[in-house]
Amino acid sequence: MSIEDYALANGLKRVGARQPLTKYVAEAVRRLDFAYTLASFTNEATNAKSRLGSWWNILLPTIQAGTYGLIFGLILGASKPDNFLPFLFTGVFLFSFIQSAFTQGAGAIVSNAGLVRSLSFPRVLLPISVVISSVIALAPQLLVLLVVLIFTAQPITWGWLMLIPLVILMTIFNLGLSMITARLTVHMQDLNKLIPFITRILFYTSGVFFSVDKIFSTETLLTKLIRINPIFEFLNLARGYLVQGYQVHAEEWISVSIWSIALLVFGLIFFWGAEERYGRED
Amino acid sequence: MAAKTKVAADRKPVVVVDNAHIVYKVYASGRRATRAGAGGGLFSKKLKLQEVHAVKGVSFTIYEGESVGVIGSNGSGKSSLMRALAGLTPLSDGAIYAFARPNLLGVGAVLLPALSGEKNVLLGGLAMGFSKKEISAKVEDVTAFAGLEDFIGLPMRTYSSGMSARLRFAIAAAKDHDILIIDEALAVGDQDFRNRSEARMREMRQNAGTVFLVSHSMKSILDTCTRVIWLEKGEIRMDGDPKKVTDAYNKYVGSTTID
Repeated sequence: MSIEDYALANGLKRVGARQPLTKYVAEAVRRLDFAYTLASFTNEATNAKSRLGSWWNILLPTIQAGTYGLIFGLILGASKPDNFLPFLFTGVFLFSFIQSAFTQGAGAIVSNAGLVRSLSFPRVLLPISVVISSVIALAPQLLVLLVVLIFTAQPITWGWLMLIPLVILMTIFNLGLSMITARLTVHMQDLNKLIPFITRILFYTSGVFFSVDKIFSTETLLTKLIRINPIFEFLNLARGYLVQGYQVHAEEWISVSIWSIALLVFGLIFFWGAEERYGRED
Repeated sequence: MAAKTKVAADRKPVVVVDNAHIVYKVYASGRRATRAGAGGGLFSKKLKLQEVHAVKGVSFTIYEGESVGVIGSNGSGKSSLMRALAGLTPLSDGAIYAFARPNLLGVGAVLLPALSGEKNVLLGGLAMGFSKKEISAKVEDVTAFAGLEDFIGLPMRTYSSGMSARLRFAIAAAKDHDILIIDEALAVGDQDFRNRSEARMREMRQNAGTVFLVSHSMKSILDTCTRVIWLEKGEIRMDGDPKKVTDAYNKYVGSTTID
């Protein structure tokens, strides 16, 4: 009898073996409390160091949007999108929501090495926790956005409520995104250096501060690429509901739904594939 | 190898380690720190992929009711092997089988230093699989066990190393683990805390739990263990009765430190 047979015959299981996907997901769902608590505690810990604390959650994106508004407002001049301020705030706030999933997701495993090495839990809870923490940070930002909309005299409509399903879809999108970046940086720590550039490229190609229709008079390969960018579609949809003078394109709902669900399914399987590898010190 | 496992067919195994190898791959220049190496330019220092063979083909079987001491010099592969037992470090070759997932309690376990001790207790409990309700009910017990009633509201970064080690042990001990691995945890507490934790370990063992204790203190090994494994340079040097193995180890350490 081989040692393996002997062990298995006595009801032992191989340590560190990856669970089947369905069991893995069930276990992760059962332990969501951990992800949520980790998220809110991490938020608290990062804010505890600064005097203004959690106010930075809304100050930072507001200052960011203000700076962009000043600079791009001057550069773009007459080719500014209509209703520039609400256009810009919607763009910057929602883009930074996706950006945080992307950049913090990249650190979900690598920067929590201590946790990974000392406790065993489904590792996918770490990227999930990153997304939960960005949702917690988004809530007050959305309030600021609504204040900006009211101050810039946007008509208050029932359409504003469509922001709720939109944010839910974006959260699903973010979950997939953060699972993918979480695993990629484990394989290649060097990727962390490139992430600022990737987010810059995404920022400039997602129409955060400019209107594609106004800048490009003809359809080119570039505009086509921008239009199939799901982040661009998310921002477009939000503006359609929130900002005067922009239309909702219903087909974009279908597109972002497919993107979000596909990214979550792919991200989950991709992340789970390397479950046994996380925590290795090389 | 196979012969060894046949002998004890009547006893129930809880952990089987079968020819475990751990190899770390490290990118390093592999050069000694000499002055000649300096000033060679940005790209001249070639990074080589170096392999560190930390555990070399270790095999053993642990049976129900045993508590195992693991000893050996620094760098002998003890901690690597224990992390592999807990499934935290993947093996390069071989396999480890266990009746339940072993839980590792190490001094190196990091929670969130910016947060209060109490929040770390909650977080650690949730990570071990307690529900929020269960762990909230245990916070007081854990605090009392660690003896940190006056400090539990302070951030963990303000704790001394002994205090945070006590808290980590207390968190891990809040759960009845089927298999618990303790890596040097007892070496840092004061005498009073050591007595409490040794009592708790004995209690866990009585509840049919298996305890692995990694320590340099032969006294705590002899006090708590029924079997001792001595690792040296990634291989098992001796495995058996605590008194015999620790005596041999003491002799070995004595003879190697004199030269």
